[in-house]
Amino acid sequence: MATFVFLYFAAVILVAASLVVVLRNPIYSALSLLVMFFHVAGLYVTLHAEFLAAIQIIVYAGAILVLYLFVVMLLNVKREERFNQQGTVALFLGLVLLTEAVLLAVSRGFNVATPDPGPEGAAKAVGNTESIGEVLYSTYLFPFEIASLILLVAMIGAVILSKKGIMESK
Amino acid sequence: MSVPVEYYMVLSGLVFIIGLVGVLVRKNLIIILLSIELMLNATNINFVAFSSHFGNLAGQVFVFFTLTVAAAEVAVGLAIIIALYRHHASINVDDFRLLKW
Repeated sequence: MATFVFLYFAAVILVAASLVVVLRNPIYSALSLLVMFFHVAGLYVTLHAEFLAAIQIIVYAGAILVLYLFVVMLLNVKREERFNQQGTVALFLGLVLLTEAVLLAVSRGFNVATPDPGPEGAAKAVGNTESIGEVLYSTYLFPFEIASLILLVAMIGAVILSKKGIMESK
Repeated sequence: MSVPVEYYMVLSGLVFIIGLVGVLVRKNLIIILLSIELMLNATNINFVAFSSHFGNLAGQVFVFFTLTVAAAEVAVGLAIIIALYRHHASINVDDFRLLKW
């Protein structure tokens, strides 16, 4: 049963990801990416990462994709040809990467270590969000602060880049 | 937990390759940024799958950080796209072949 659920999510994710690349209209690409985000969130739920599933929908689908749609509608782009001249080269590169991955997987196998059963039970006992919060604010406190710095830099950068004439006046 | 972690690795590899081909193939700058989002999501799937496989929450915390970087990248990237569109009235990457300095 779990395998069928996974296969459904995986199939929809792959189809939606391909549509993002293939579709001509940027709005349709963004909406296809929305479908993909929702199914990735469903995959997170099946993996017992409920907090990340909620964050995926709220941040990705709610904030990032809306920003994309704003820009697409702001720019009013006319239709143009889709693919670069190096399209065949890129497809060839993708095929090479794919065959490389398949060959590695077939020849060496996936030597994934068996899980350690100890901490998983401990993580399940308190709930996903609470345990993530404990790890985030104790072990990863310094990267968390750095992340806030990244967001501040991005905010300032976006304002400076998109504000008209702020660079020319100096 | 009954789905083996190899399936997730294959899925995230395929999504990553689709995103990579999208970055290389498309001309529209917005689609290129969307393809970068695809690649970030592929890594996120891998992180969460291994986090669930090993019972270690560090993977989910790193997805959190990836999300932060993705948000920053989108904000700056879209600001650059708007600035470029203001100068060239186009978001076709083939139109941007001159460096200023």
